[in-house]
Amino acid sequence: MADQADFEAQAMEHMASLYGAALRMTRNPADAEDLVQETYLKAYRGFGGFREGTNLRAWLYRILTNTYINTYRARKRRPEESDIDDLEALYLYRRLGGLAGSTAGRSAEDEVLDQFTEAEVKEALESLPEQFRMAVLLGDVEGFAYKEIAEILDVPIGTVMSRLHRGRRALQKKLYEFGMRRGLVPAHQGRREDET
Amino acid sequence: MMHEDHGCAEAVELLYEYLDGELTEERRVLIRRHLDDCPPCFDAYDFEADLRVVVARGCREEVPVELRLRVARAIRSLGEPPAG
Repeated sequence: MADQADFEAQAMEHMASLYGAALRMTRNPADAEDLVQETYLKAYRGFGGFREGTNLRAWLYRILTNTYINTYRARKRRPEESDIDDLEALYLYRRLGGLAGSTAGRSAEDEVLDQFTEAEVKEALESLPEQFRMAVLLGDVEGFAYKEIAEILDVPIGTVMSRLHRGRRALQKKLYEFGMRRGLVPAHQGRREDET
Repeated sequence: MMHEDHGCAEAVELLYEYLDGELTEERRVLIRRHLDDCPPCFDAYDFEADLRVVVARGCREEVPVELRLRVARAIRSLGEPPAG
């Protein structure tokens, strides 16, 4: 029997990751807090129908996502979703000089990675158009499987993969821009035109 | 450094599905074997895996104490949930 104590015992531990996701979705702490509270209240009301043994975390994310889409996004009357460029694979790695043939250079790329700040990572993710941002958030930050993301976002698995892969490259492009701006990467370093 | 005939193109193509743990066992083994034999591809995979850690770590958040209290209070004010 699902009851209040069960709910608190099982659902509350997911609050930190739900709050993080809510921040990336709303890009605003006050809205994120409201979104998390509303998610918990909806989940609590629906908890009686939640089947033990199914994935509570994925279920909470589905409620969070739907609540965001139905209220917070609608409220802002955002323009039509924008698309992103199709970028090549290994976008960032190539530009940091990876694949350039020097095995000794490997740690140089990793060192650049270590220098990105948390604020830059968040800003890069939040810069993505919503559908790509949601896919990358659920995949890379929250670690959900394709099938779970498909259920949370209510789209086919092929769509999840496409958004995830394209969104990841767009995120890399943004990080590369931050890297150039901060002088972590010289603008023209390491770009090999002849790799095949 | 990448040579298509050695399976690099396929390795790059399947990079995300491999890192996501979404390949069939058969294909996963093929890619794993290629990575063992191909340092450039191995390094590229390694970089992408590290990047993912940086992204996940960069997005961690602490829940404001006030929010925790607020949610707990709101739930308690609703009483027992409706039975399923």
